[in-house]
Amino acid sequence: MAMVENRRFLTVLTHFGLLLGVLIVGFPLYVTVIASTQTAQDIVQNAPMSLWPGSHFWENYQTALWGGQSEYGSRIAPALPMLGISLASAMIIAIGKILISLLSAFAIVYFRFPLRSFVFWMIFVTLMLPVEVRIGPTYEVVANFGLIDTMTGLTLPLIASATATFLFRQFFLTVPDELLEAARIDGASPMQFFRDHLLPLSATSMAALFVIQFIYGWNQYLWPLLMTTNESMYPIVLGIKRMLSGGDAANEWNVVMATAILATLPPAAVVLLMQKWFVRGLVDTEK
Amino acid sequence: MGSLSFRAVQKTYGSGSRAVQVIAGLDMEVADGEFVAIVGPSGCGKSTLLRMVAGLEEITLGEIRIDGRIVNGLEPSERDIAMVFQNYALYPHMSVFDNMAYGLKIAGISRAEIEQRVGSAARILELSELLARKPRQLSGGQRQRVAMGRAIVRKPKVFLFDEPLSNLDARLRAQTRLEMRRLHLELGTTTLFVTHDQVEAMTLAQRMMVMNAGVVEQIGTPESVYARPASLFVAGFIGSPPMNLLAGRAEPDGFILKGQADIRLPCHPPHGEIGSSNLILGVRPEHVRIATTPGSVLSVPDQERLDWAFQVDLTEMLGAERLVHGRLGAAPFTLRQETAEAVPPASGRVRVQVDQRDLHWFDARTGRRVDAAHP
Amino acid sequence: MTSERQSFFRNRWLPWLLIAPQLAIVVIFFFWPAGQALYQSVLSEDAFGTSVQFVGLENFVRLWNDPGYLASFNTTALFSSLVASLGLSVSLLLAVMANRVVRGALFYRTLLIWPYAVAPVVAGVLWTFMFAPSVGIVSAALRHWGLDWNHLLNPRHAMALIVMAAVWKQISYNFLFFLAGLQSIPPSLIEAAAIDGAGPWRRFWTIVFPLLSPTAFFLLVVNVIYAFFDTFAIVDAVTRGGPGQETSILVYKVYFDGFKALDLGGSAAQSVILMAIVIGLTVVQFRFIERRVQY
Repeated sequence: MAMVENRRFLTVLTHFGLLLGVLIVGFPLYVTVIASTQTAQDIVQNAPMSLWPGSHFWENYQTALWGGQSEYGSRIAPALPMLGISLASAMIIAIGKILISLLSAFAIVYFRFPLRSFVFWMIFVTLMLPVEVRIGPTYEVVANFGLIDTMTGLTLPLIASATATFLFRQFFLTVPDELLEAARIDGASPMQFFRDHLLPLSATSMAALFVIQFIYGWNQYLWPLLMTTNESMYPIVLGIKRMLSGGDAANEWNVVMATAILATLPPAAVVLLMQKWFVRGLVDTEK
Repeated sequence: MGSLSFRAVQKTYGSGSRAVQVIAGLDMEVADGEFVAIVGPSGCGKSTLLRMVAGLEEITLGEIRIDGRIVNGLEPSERDIAMVFQNYALYPHMSVFDNMAYGLKIAGISRAEIEQRVGSAARILELSELLARKPRQLSGGQRQRVAMGRAIVRKPKVFLFDEPLSNLDARLRAQTRLEMRRLHLELGTTTLFVTHDQVEAMTLAQRMMVMNAGVVEQIGTPESVYARPASLFVAGFIGSPPMNLLAGRAEPDGFILKGQADIRLPCHPPHGEIGSSNLILGVRPEHVRIATTPGSVLSVPDQERLDWAFQVDLTEMLGAERLVHGRLGAAPFTLRQETAEAVPPASGRVRVQVDQRDLHWFDARTGRRVDAAHP
Repeated sequence: MTSERQSFFRNRWLPWLLIAPQLAIVVIFFFWPAGQALYQSVLSEDAFGTSVQFVGLENFVRLWNDPGYLASFNTTALFSSLVASLGLSVSLLLAVMANRVVRGALFYRTLLIWPYAVAPVVAGVLWTFMFAPSVGIVSAALRHWGLDWNHLLNPRHAMALIVMAAVWKQISYNFLFFLAGLQSIPPSLIEAAAIDGAGPWRRFWTIVFPLLSPTAFFLLVVNVIYAFFDTFAIVDAVTRGGPGQETSILVYKVYFDGFKALDLGGSAAQSVILMAIVIGLTVVQFRFIERRVQY
């Protein structure tokens, strides 16, 4: 945006405000990192803890990753397997959603078939039903299929919501008709058109959607809470919560914070590395 | 070979009371190797007709045959045609080479054959240096050539061009027109060329089809369409500057301009129309000469020469020619001169001459041409 | 809504094959459970399923008369309005500032969008840690300044904490949209206003804000939906609905009643009501968006 009035003062103030914002937004993260480098005693008994880094970085993270004993004698579940569960389910959800939605959007936009509008509305309606409003019955369905405590049960109910289908549909609508006509004249079958033209052109959308869905899958809490009973199937977000033993009792805050950092690293990495596509995709999705 | 045949072809959108007919019954035969231009204003149905040949639109009634084979139900790729779109429709994510090779790849043609065909088309169109580039790295003219290249490599029976020059600037358009002409001479493929620009149609076509609102007004060579337009529409559409059209009443040896009872143009209207008030007289601007010297300025037999009084209003200098705008009586009238001729007075009355045989007559109600029959 | 393309493929069976996966999952995991919820909401069964009775709208009536449920409604309303208003205003301010700077724009944007990656439950954990009555940094500072912070006992503190955690997490999302909205305003409009003599404050309220209102409205709906549902994890991590039931927002209550208190009929009825609310909000959102497209 062009500077209409060149007010130095205003610019300085703006930078100041932004830095303040960045600091406030980043403060909790800072506290978390610091806490993850100290001992539980430092935090609990010598409260409030110092805001300078401690020296127990490696120990805390090792304890977090591989589990062990806390300073207070309670068992700490290893985070590594839980990270693995989170990674697997996030990938399955993200990739699964993208694939299924690509195919559905392709069918809806490029084919005429009876009940097309009806099908479209059916999928549209699912936008209005986040898992949180149907937890009870969905749990029953999953249980009836015997999918409790399975990766399938963890991921399948979350794969078919309509956001991705919508995004791809919007995008496909912007592809010129002539491209399709030229491909038809060239003799391309529908799937050839899909593979040779739509997919390459959708690359940006797919990237943006991957970021959004990966984070969505990684951060899932309520659903795993309901349908996993076995610690071996806990995603990391569940694991962290369980480490809080409620109230104000002695928590191994240092390890909890270390686990929190571990739990945030992969999604943060995905967001930051794919920032460009993500921002573009996020803003275009809803329009 | 690539002959094309239209039999009673119709196109209707919608059904029942909301049906809209966009192409009325059309019959036409296109010979193998012929270049036919389909020309008309926007919305006349010319693109729809082309797309029906291509297989991108359903044929409501009638038959279209390519090379004797009915293609009504066939997919575009089964019709052995190639099409160049107005916006080129190049695959944006593929290189020029891949764009041209795509159809061949789908058809399962060998890699060697593909390279050979793409290579020779690239040579003809001067694209050999650009084969690795993507469409967004090309200029408009280059993209247009890639679109042509894509059509050429398929060696189809019929080329279909949908206003391929419309998106080029004026100079490039003229240049490309020539290239298309050369290409047609070299390849000899049957071509259907859709355009709204009558100059393009006239210069490129062996035969023209003039369309208006779904109806074919005339089919003929450019010369015949120009010299003997079959309807008012064709008369006004073909030719630049457009033909002068005057409404009035016919008398045995004159034409009374409508609404101006005292203005009478000496001439001999068609025998059967004498007394009719539903006549329109048409004269092309280049057929009217200003008589600056007494006597005749047209080298025509005396009995065919007509003298009229013309009021000059303003003059447009176009380079090699000059347009003189004015009036016959109160009716607007334009005539065309070579720049070499004497500049007409800035305003004022002059005498103009026209050859009787260069007059066109049309029925005002039907728009059809009426032939003058000399007694 | 479905567009009319001139060119399309003519296969009969292929499209069905393509939508089959999504349709299957949607039917099995969306429509069937939603139907079940509707069905269960008009039943009364005990926890073991041995006796089932059709009771019509009795569950709903019971909810309507249940002070606990109405309180939850109020709590949710309060919570979502706080989250939405705070979230939107802070993000708008940040976006306006970020839009002004030329240098460092990418730097600021990167540092402001990373919270998007943080899981709601982690956000809850972090803020609980900072505000933990005995060990928290911030609570210590507050105590130093005379405020005895205890969100485990004081319902207002509890609400404040979950609001702060929820807003913190949502700032990135709102920020991104506001920034994009600001950047899509043609600079010539602002310049014209400046030439007309409008100062920055007036320019903002008379030109920028009206043009931003579609984005703002969209974000409002998104934030309300977020506050209704995605914040479950925050509530579970920070207060578990407490103290007592003071921070038990609707979605939390559905979970609690269904899985802890095992009141299946009541929980199903609550689910149905929640569904109605979401559908209403989403319809509003889409209606507005479609109209805005004409804009």
